[in-house]
Order: sequence, then C-alpha cells, then structure tokens
Amino acid sequence: MRNLGPILTVVAVIVGLWYIACVPMNVQEVLTNAERAGEVVQPEGASTRRDMSRIGLAFSNSDLLGESWSTDRARLPSPHQVVAELWSSTWDEEVNGRRGIVNSGTLSNRSLIYHGWITLGATVVGFLIGSGLGILLAVGIVHSRTMDMSVMPWAIVSQTIPIVALAPMIIVVLYSIGVEGLLPKAVISAYLSFFPVVVGMVKGLRSPDAMQLDLLQTYNASRSQTFWMLRLPSSVPYLFASLKIGIAASLVGAIVGELPVQRGGLGARMLGGSYYGQTEQIWAALFFAAAIAAVLVWFIGWVERRTMKLMGAEA
Amino acid sequence: MTDHIISAKSLDLTFTTNDGPVHALRDVNLDIDKGEFVSFIGPSGCGKTTFLRCIAGLEQPTGGALTVNGMTPDEARRARAYGYVFQAAGLYPWRTIAGNIRLPLEIMGFSRAEQSERVQKTLDLVELSGFEKKFPWQLSGGMQQRASIARALAFDADILLMDEPFGALDEIVRDRLNEELLKLWNRTNKTIGFVTHSIPEAVYLSTKIVVMSPRPGRITDIIDSTLPRERPLEIRDSKEFIEIAHRVRDGLRAGHVDD
Repeated sequence: MRNLGPILTVVAVIVGLWYIACVPMNVQEVLTNAERAGEVVQPEGASTRRDMSRIGLAFSNSDLLGESWSTDRARLPSPHQVVAELWSSTWDEEVNGRRGIVNSGTLSNRSLIYHGWITLGATVVGFLIGSGLGILLAVGIVHSRTMDMSVMPWAIVSQTIPIVALAPMIIVVLYSIGVEGLLPKAVISAYLSFFPVVVGMVKGLRSPDAMQLDLLQTYNASRSQTFWMLRLPSSVPYLFASLKIGIAASLVGAIVGELPVQRGGLGARMLGGSYYGQTEQIWAALFFAAAIAAVLVWFIGWVERRTMKLMGAEA
Repeated sequence: MTDHIISAKSLDLTFTTNDGPVHALRDVNLDIDKGEFVSFIGPSGCGKTTFLRCIAGLEQPTGGALTVNGMTPDEARRARAYGYVFQAAGLYPWRTIAGNIRLPLEIMGFSRAEQSERVQKTLDLVELSGFEKKFPWQLSGGMQQRASIARALAFDADILLMDEPFGALDEIVRDRLNEELLKLWNRTNKTIGFVTHSIPEAVYLSTKIVVMSPRPGRITDIIDSTLPRERPLEIRDSKEFIEIAHRVRDGLRAGHVDD
C-alpha cells in the first residue's frame, strides 16, 4: 500500500485535532466535577462559568483538565472513548454479552452489528429499487422527448424537498395502508438514490457522439440496436459513478427513515443516544455507518473494475 | 442515369442557420461508374464531406436528383449499399478488433458462422490477422484505421465511402495505408468515394479527381486520371503524376479566385 503513509498522516492530524478540541468542549463539565471533588477552580461556581469563554476557562485552570478525555457523557467524547464504545457494542457485546450471538444465538439488540444489519437491509433494497427506477427513467428520458420534458423537472424538484421533512410523512402514509418494517425505509432510500442514477445515466446514454450515431445509421441499425450496442455500453462508466453516489445516499435515506420509527437500525441508535446524552453511542453509530458506507462504495468500485476489465478497459 | 453507380444532377443543399442560408452544395453534377476510385478535394467548407454524406443518405439534398445504385440515397442506405469510413476510427473501446468488425454483421443479422468467416476474411484483407482479440487501445492509430476500414468492408457492400480516413495519421503511415488501399481496391473492384485534403493522396489513389471550391460548395473541375491502375509509390515522381497534380492545384486556385 503505497498511499498508506499519506492516509495515516491525515488520520493522525484529525485525531490530534480531535483530542485538542475535547479540552474546550468538555471544560465546563470537567471543572464542575473538579470543584465537586474539592479543587479550587477559577472563578468559582458552575453558574458563573456558564457564559464564559471555554478556551479562556481552559487556560485559567490548565492544571485541572486531566478529565477532559475521560468524562462520562462528554459533549465531545475523545477518540479512545469512541473506539472503546465501538468495541464494546460490537465484538464485546456479541461475544461476551448475555444477549450476544455467542450466548443467545441471536444478535444482541444492543449491538451495532444488529442495528447495522437492519440499516444495511433497507439500504440495499432501497438502492436496488432506486437505481433500477433511475435507469428506467433515464432510458425513457433519452428515448422520449415527452418524458424528457415532463419527468426531468420533477426529478429535480423531488430533490429540493428536505428528506428529513418528507421521511415521517412517507412512513405515516405507508403505515396507514398497512406497509411497515423494511419497505418504508427502503422507499426513502430509493427516493434519495434514484436521482444521481437518473442524471448520470441520461448523460451516459447521450454520450455517444454524432459520428458514432451516424455510423450506426449507415448500417441502418434500429433504435433498440443502437441502444443495446452503443448507448448502453457507453453509459457504463457514468452509471458506476452514479451508483457510488446512489448507494451512499441510500444509506443516508435508510438512517433518516429509522429516526421516526425507532424499531432498530443505526438511525434509531443515534437518536436513542441523543435522548440519553450518550454521545459515545452516537459517535460509535456514526463511525459504524461510515464504515458500512465505505464498504458499500468500495464494493461498487470493485464491481466497476471487474466490469470495465471485461469491457476491455486499459488495465 | 441508372447506368451509373452514383449519379448527381444539379444537386443543391442549403442549410438554414441563424445567420441565414448557407449554400453547402450548388449545382453539383457528377456520375460515378462501377469500380471507379473518385477523390473529392478542396478546401474546408467546399462541401466535399457534405456531398459524401448526401450519397450516404446522412444529409438530405434540398434540390436536384441523386441516385445510388439506381435508388434514392436513403433507400440505398436501407439496402446497406455502402460502407462508410470516418476520419476517426471510432472503434468501440469495449469490443475487441474482431468484435468491432462484427458489429455491422450483428446489426445486419448475419449467422454466427458467417460472421466469423467474414471477420477473418476482412482481417486478412487489411492485414490485421492475429489482432482479433486485441482491444482498440492496444493498436496504433494506423492499425485502428485499418480496422475501421475492415468494419466498413465486412458486409461486402459494393461502394466504399471514405471521409478523410487518413487525415489524422502521419505521412509515413499514410503512404503505406494509401498503397494498401489501392491494393485492396484492385482486389475487390469496389467503387470508392474518397474525401481528402491532400493533392498527392488524391492523385495517387484516384481514377477520377473531383476538385471543389467553397461558398457556394461546387465542383470546379473533374479530372480523369491517365495513370495506370498499377501504381507503385514511385509513380509520384513521374512526369504524368506531376502534371495531374498541377492541374488539381490550378483547379483549387481557380476556385479561390472566384471568391
């Protein structure tokens, strides 16, 4: 791995900044705890300190900041606290926990693996619906002027509505007609992921130049031959670029869809963490979601590389 | 009229643009017989490519009559009467060389066995045997253009239309491809329409040279070549060759005086 050095450098810088940021972020709670433990804090009294500059407080009490990286329910938990939470809510919970898969035979509902699995299911189903729909719409848009004029503006408008506002309505409407569980979340996922696929695919299907189209005309090729032999293969690189954006958007959609339902999933886990001030839990769920996104995008990239190789791309 | 493979009678083509009409072709009269090698030469905008595209049914003339194999160009296109070679090879990067040559055969519905047979035959014809499994990026520009000629020959149309096929290649490659094209023409006895910018290329290849000039696009001279059918590259140093080239140059100059 030739590029490991630069990546590690960036990670080290981010982690370093994070540790530094923990000091002013957590200074109020740290000083309150220190004062309770009998230390002399400048100035005295939590209420006097409330509106003071956090950075100023950190400087005037620089010998009392040892707890900045280990407070419970910190405003900003430190990286190692998040890592510990990640460990305890994945491996530790499943292997050693009473409800874990080792001791109970099923995934623990306190583990990120359980919640991530729920989110992943909705993400994948939503992505398949969304990208399938996106491809179909793009084919229609490229082949029919009417669809180009009528569908495209609505596709664009659909993306201007904040999904956080729309998600609960989708859930409620679908619930009222008896659809619940994975499908409503998948619908929200699909809603977010179809758009990049439509845009990329339209561009890709239109990418053959005039000469390529003229050539097929000299063969008197039909429209469907032009589609299968020229337009579709030409669109493949565009499609994969869109799919990578689409699958990441799908994951966001699934998480947003889990917020109002609260029946498991990383979204539910994040919201739960914020209800109870468990910031470590929120951060751990965030990182877990990011890892899932990275794996999904990597997977699409892998399929892309395989496909492009089959299509004769320069190695 | 139907005796000629391609026949144009007072052909006009006017494009309507925002800046007013553009006379791409005006009063073009030309007959091409079977087995002729006809070059169209002239400066940019003289309508030589437009005329070739009219023959191919890719542009619609606005006046006059044009027949290809006794049919309208559009009927001829539907009957797959010609192969067309563009300036860029335009091979599909996702198909192998053999796959690219097979493209028109697949579209035209040849049987699998016949496809393979024809691909092999045309690959031999353009001397690309052994490269069928390569992808276009693995070939040089000259070889790619040869593959695109093979693609145009694969379905064995009687007419081959070539729009500056060697324009993007360097002089050395171009000379060799010119020589090969002549050999190919000798072997297959196709009728070839060839658009070019190069006087030596036109004189070397053609049995008939059509000199054109712009604004409006029209024919200023038609020269029947007196060169023999067998043409080694050295023929370009012969007195005859130089005389024909001179006449082409005069024709091009005359076209410009009219401006």
